[in-house]
Amino acid sequence: MSGAEDLPLWAALPVAALLIAGAALGLIGSIGLVRLRDFYERVHAPTLATTLGIGFILLASMLHFSVLQSRPVLHELLITAFVVITTPVTLMVLARAALTRDRREGEPNVPPAGTGRQP
Amino acid sequence: MTRLLPYPVAAAAMLLAWLLLIGSAGPGAVLLGLLFAAGGAWLLAVLGVPPGRLRRVAAASRLLGIVLVEVFRSNNAVARIILARRDARERRSGFVRVRLEMRSQYGLAALACILTATPGTVWVDYDARDGTMLLHVLDLIDEEEWVRIIKDRWERRLMEIFE
Repeated sequence: MSGAEDLPLWAALPVAALLIAGAALGLIGSIGLVRLRDFYERVHAPTLATTLGIGFILLASMLHFSVLQSRPVLHELLITAFVVITTPVTLMVLARAALTRDRREGEPNVPPAGTGRQP
Repeated sequence: MTRLLPYPVAAAAMLLAWLLLIGSAGPGAVLLGLLFAAGGAWLLAVLGVPPGRLRRVAAASRLLGIVLVEVFRSNNAVARIILARRDARERRSGFVRVRLEMRSQYGLAALACILTATPGTVWVDYDARDGTMLLHVLDLIDEEEWVRIIKDRWERRLMEIFE
């Protein structure tokens, strides 16, 4: 495993910047979990980390290993694709579970179930 | 073509995924990838996955560009909302129900991915009987505005591609 100290400066700087940007988005998302007001608002916060946050980190990874190994390392693109495809599933399951529970408890701020009627 | 190789688009995607995973496009990797792609497509056929249509690749790549721009824009917007110092009493979040004309499963799935990939909107529910989708929006200023965004920016383009 080749270490990061072999990385030339011109590549190390953008890699570091991308990592910090990605980590900052993850941190902001976590702060959002604390600061936002109710469950449905909080569901939005971690999506910062799962979209642009992970995007920046994967870009940093691609750049880092492509420079170190002197060939394009692109399998991070697959991670991006799988994250994009699978995150909606968990978010939908969480949101629908909350909605079902709120409806059953008669929470006034949630919309009623769909009418199921044709317009 | 479809008899010989069902799901050509899915098979091509599987081959591409394999080559990315291996990190080479040598003859050995391509051969093995083709084998896996054909096997995967055959498996989809056995499972009876409804065939999708992917038309207008140019429109799809244009859509990808718009999605990328929106991901940046909405990440910025949501980060600002979270870090805003004033306790945002005036900011309102809420649900919007949007009536969709799109019925293609793959189009709907793509719409769900896009809405989740742009922070600030979460797809909550879909009612297949009346074709309405329930959306939760973090910064809800005008419901009509959001219906318009969903229909004009995303649904129209996705219908071009998938229907």
